Amino acid sequence: MAQIDTRPGSAAGESLVDPMLPHAAPIMTVQRETPDVFTLALDVSGRGQGLPFQPGQFTMLYLFGIGEVPISISGDPAVPMRLVHTIRAVGSVTRPMQDMKRGSMLGVRGPFGTGWPVEVARGKDILVVAGGLGLAPLRPLIYHLLNRREDYGHVSILYGARSPADILYRRELERWGGCFDVDVSVIVDHAVADWHGDVGLVTTLMDKVRCEPGNTIAMLCGPEIMMRFSMRALNHLGMADEQIYISMERNMQCAVGFCGHCQYGPTFVCKDGPVYRCDRIKPFFGIREI
Amino acid sequence: MEPGRVNIVQGLEQIVNEHSFFQGMSPGHIDFVSGCARNASFRQGEFLFREGEDANAFYCIRTGRVALELHVPGRGAVQIDDRKAGDVLGWSWLVEPYRWYSDARAVEEVRALVFDCTCLRNKWQDDPELGYQMYQRFVPLMHRSLQATRLQLLDIYGTD
Repeated sequence: MAQIDTRPGSAAGESLVDPMLPHAAPIMTVQRETPDVFTLALDVSGRGQGLPFQPGQFTMLYLFGIGEVPISISGDPAVPMRLVHTIRAVGSVTRPMQDMKRGSMLGVRGPFGTGWPVEVARGKDILVVAGGLGLAPLRPLIYHLLNRREDYGHVSILYGARSPADILYRRELERWGGCFDVDVSVIVDHAVADWHGDVGLVTTLMDKVRCEPGNTIAMLCGPEIMMRFSMRALNHLGMADEQIYISMERNMQCAVGFCGHCQYGPTFVCKDGPVYRCDRIKPFFGIREI
Repeated sequence: MEPGRVNIVQGLEQIVNEHSFFQGMSPGHIDFVSGCARNASFRQGEFLFREGEDANAFYCIRTGRVALELHVPGRGAVQIDDRKAGDVLGWSWLVEPYRWYSDARAVEEVRALVFDCTCLRNKWQDDPELGYQMYQRFVPLMHRSLQATRLQLLDIYGTD
């Protein structure tokens, strides 16, 4: 493993020069979201300008002595000093990460990869479709849309979760839904009697979305099978593949396109993705060997 | 004839005729289907039907929301699907032995058109075209529900 950059004030630019060199950042907060999902906020003010990123990008988080994992950034791009990730505790790195305390250090490389098409989407209606933990990489986009609300047309957020207990960012969803100019719909696979919201698939919410299909950009993140069905539903609404963007997930290790672990067709998800325009990646969706 | 009665019948015909579910149906069939319909309302918490009961109706939800639930021992009522304004609820009346396989509970006050399906089933013994027209409308609902159920079975959000 490369040596760790612990110099105070080492700037973001240096990280671009050597993207393999992790920057040590202290944990500010650890917040439990659901039984197996938690959110970490890291203080990256030691990097001078912090860690500016585009909504949709990811970083590599290094738990010293254990390993490194790619995690999408889930915080506000307007607050680059505070780097936020929402993580599911599933593997040998992320499980111990959930028990870390304020002040503990993590190594950070990045940001890496492509972001959501916020410039292409300017002036258009926006449809954000998230499933499960897929809401995390979309949250920076939602912050961006809300920060620059006048730049975009109608904004709809559709979110599917397994059950009411698995809903991420519940209070924020309620707050976004309370905005007069944003529609938020949440649907769960199954629920108990005290749930008064929708039950079913996220695609069933699309029929009632307020948007002009020809002038809409859709941005999707969630399990691949959910995105596959959502793309079909969006096509059925009248949206072309060129208007649909998805965020892919693969086994990213070097994060700069050298190691080949995240190869997807002729692309590397770490540098050509994770955000792809649908028409550029759809041909590979049907290839089971990939 | 009572003037009020005429208004009610005309009102139902108009509602049925304008509902997207019945789009493309001949005026004669619209007349007949409307004759099998009545307006109904259900208070919050009231059941439209319960598992095991005879399935002799389907519902066009006009306002409100209906939860489809299964009772699971130890867990209570688990909501597995829902229907909202504009949706059509219920196809167990199409398949013998014509029993409901879930509970349907009004989550909020519901107004619906209720169609008497004994009346419909009897009618299409003599008018197979009406049966064809109804199946043509219900099969896509069944298909959509089956696709959704298959994805729900995968529990996709638990492993993303």
